[in-house]
Amino acid sequence: MKSLEDLKKIREEAQNRMTMRLDDEQKYRVVVGMATCGIAAGARPVLNTIVEEVAKEKLPVTVLQTGCIGLYTLEPIVEVFDKEGNKTTYVLVDVEKAKEIVRRHLIQGEVIEDYTVGKYKK
Amino acid sequence: MERIQVLVCAGTGCTIGNSGELIEAFQAEIKSLGLEKEISVLRTGCLGLCGVGPNVSIYPDNIIYKSVKVEDVKEIVMEHFYKGRPVHRLMLNESDESTNEIHDINNTNFYKKQKRIALHNCGVIDPENIQEYIAKDGYFALAKALTEMTPQEVVDVIKESGLRGRGGGGFPTGLKWQFALNEPGDEKYVICNADEGDPGAFMDRSILEGNPHSVIEAMAIAGYAIGAKYGYIYIRAEYPIAVERLKNAISQAKELGLLGQNIFGTEFSFDLEIRLGAGAFVCGEETALIQSIEGERGMPKPKPPFPAHKGVWGKPTIINNVETYANIAQIIMHGSDWFRSIGTESSPGTKVFALGGKIVNTGLVEVPMGTTLREVIYEIGGGCPNRKRFKAVQTGGPSGGCLTEKQLDTPIGFDELVKLGSMMGSGGMIVLDEDNCMVDVARFYMDFIVDESCGKCSPCRIGTKRMLELLIDICEGRGTMETLDELELLAKTIQDTALCGLGQSAPNPVLSTISQFRDEYIAHIVDKKCPAGVCKALLSYEIDEEKCRKCGLCARQCPANAIDGTLGKVPYHIDQEKCIKCGNCLKACHFNVITRK
Repeated sequence: MKSLEDLKKIREEAQNRMTMRLDDEQKYRVVVGMATCGIAAGARPVLNTIVEEVAKEKLPVTVLQTGCIGLYTLEPIVEVFDKEGNKTTYVLVDVEKAKEIVRRHLIQGEVIEDYTVGKYKK
Repeated sequence: MERIQVLVCAGTGCTIGNSGELIEAFQAEIKSLGLEKEISVLRTGCLGLCGVGPNVSIYPDNIIYKSVKVEDVKEIVMEHFYKGRPVHRLMLNESDESTNEIHDINNTNFYKKQKRIALHNCGVIDPENIQEYIAKDGYFALAKALTEMTPQEVVDVIKESGLRGRGGGGFPTGLKWQFALNEPGDEKYVICNADEGDPGAFMDRSILEGNPHSVIEAMAIAGYAIGAKYGYIYIRAEYPIAVERLKNAISQAKELGLLGQNIFGTEFSFDLEIRLGAGAFVCGEETALIQSIEGERGMPKPKPPFPAHKGVWGKPTIINNVETYANIAQIIMHGSDWFRSIGTESSPGTKVFALGGKIVNTGLVEVPMGTTLREVIYEIGGGCPNRKRFKAVQTGGPSGGCLTEKQLDTPIGFDELVKLGSMMGSGGMIVLDEDNCMVDVARFYMDFIVDESCGKCSPCRIGTKRMLELLIDICEGRGTMETLDELELLAKTIQDTALCGLGQSAPNPVLSTISQFRDEYIAHIVDKKCPAGVCKALLSYEIDEEKCRKCGLCARQCPANAIDGTLGKVPYHIDQEKCIKCGNCLKACHFNVITRK
């Protein structure tokens, strides 16, 4: 170890591999419905896309999966919770929509009304 | 891209519970579903709830599964990782059954009142991977000390933090460092005392197993502060996992140049060596420990000279306990004011306790000083199991004493516990319930001391042996009131005359139980009865012959053939001469006609 810079470089690389275990405050919590209905409708690539995009952009976002949300016909369903607990429910999400949700909602903070289940729930 | 990380506890407790096979099972199951790119399985250190191990922690959900068996792995992987439905029946997190809402793990009774400083990375990082330690700001405290601070400034921060030695005595750490810094000469040493010997204490082991780099980093900081280039970690050979992780950690640190020559490009060089102890309790005493490192028989020496003046190889040396070191990097990073803001005025910071004995949540807890014993035992520990009545809590191991119900609202602190006739010790906390006999507890600790006394000074070598004999007399019904007086006199004499801390504190468990539970001693001496029903010589089992159903179950269970009677005809009867007081008959009887007196 020759300098502090070397150590910082190691820290940054290592942190990329364990973001989910760091204590940083998370801005959003994204939950993807991954029961049989969700998986059948294509939730798996959606989940993986969100995980990848969040990691790529190093966003302070926790990506979780959950069981059946209850609206089979509208799967894949992606729910976004902000720090205050406000929930936005996106329905019929595909890989492209997922990328857009990451870009517009998680980065820019804009709720994409067109993709939501129809009402903004508080 | 990874979306889930599975951390399996690989501490000693959970390893015994087969966590090694769990890791393999998780890996195999995840692979069979083709999820190996999305989910990684890692080993980690102690999560605290050793009693319900093996524990498995899931990120990013922050869910802990307890008592996980290999058979449960399939369900967890399929349900939770594949379908997103956490397995409620294995969860440590409290959850709402109707809404399926899972509560934050930090809101559970066990974790709510805890604050993890010494244990901060345990259960979160892979202890065998230095990168993970660095990701959590590891070695940045060393970098800060070496590049921004003078040795005196480092010592000042530790002094101002008010950190006191976590090994037992509570001596101010900064002061110790100052003494060593003040000594002239360029050959000085840093020692880590990892010879954890109190029965029931395992916090040092868990820190070394779960976060070994925190100790290595702190020792390097200490080396810089006092001007030492070399350090020893004295650890007992009975801690094979901790030794393995330490060795691995030292070699990783050397590889990255965090130990060795010119660390961070400065003039400072530091290297470390592990010395294995053979597991003698007395080697936790600092002068005996130094003798042992030098290759001599581990026996204490009179102090002064103190190690800070003349320690290992006759050179200035500081010796700190594992848990003390585990606080150092955090204090350097966050400052002394931060540390002082936690805990109490005279005992800042936190303390790790190993909860054991008659308690629901057996394991490791870390609480701010000033937390009351009641909070630790009832709120975090969950109280005594099987609805038994709490009787006492033993703190400080063989050097400490017992505290009773009345004293449970005492805030925990070094001075507060000493005032009550016990001590902090290394942090063992053994809970006793109504089924424990206090005379027997005192006998147990004295037995331990007699085994562990090094024999150098006669008060300890002979005195403790005599005390043990007197205690056995009381336990076996030969005691008189004079025995009690003799015991107290002997205890006080040993306290005044023994050479080292081991001998001087050895009578504490006896004196504290006599002062808190005199009635129980008197019951043994005068009534020849053991109220808790532990001391076998004072027990007798009797069958109420009028109520006996003559079934013969008791006679069949008796290993000594001490029960006579005839099936269906003659009531059964216990021959007191032959009875070995095992209690089997009492357990065997379906009709509750056997009594223990």
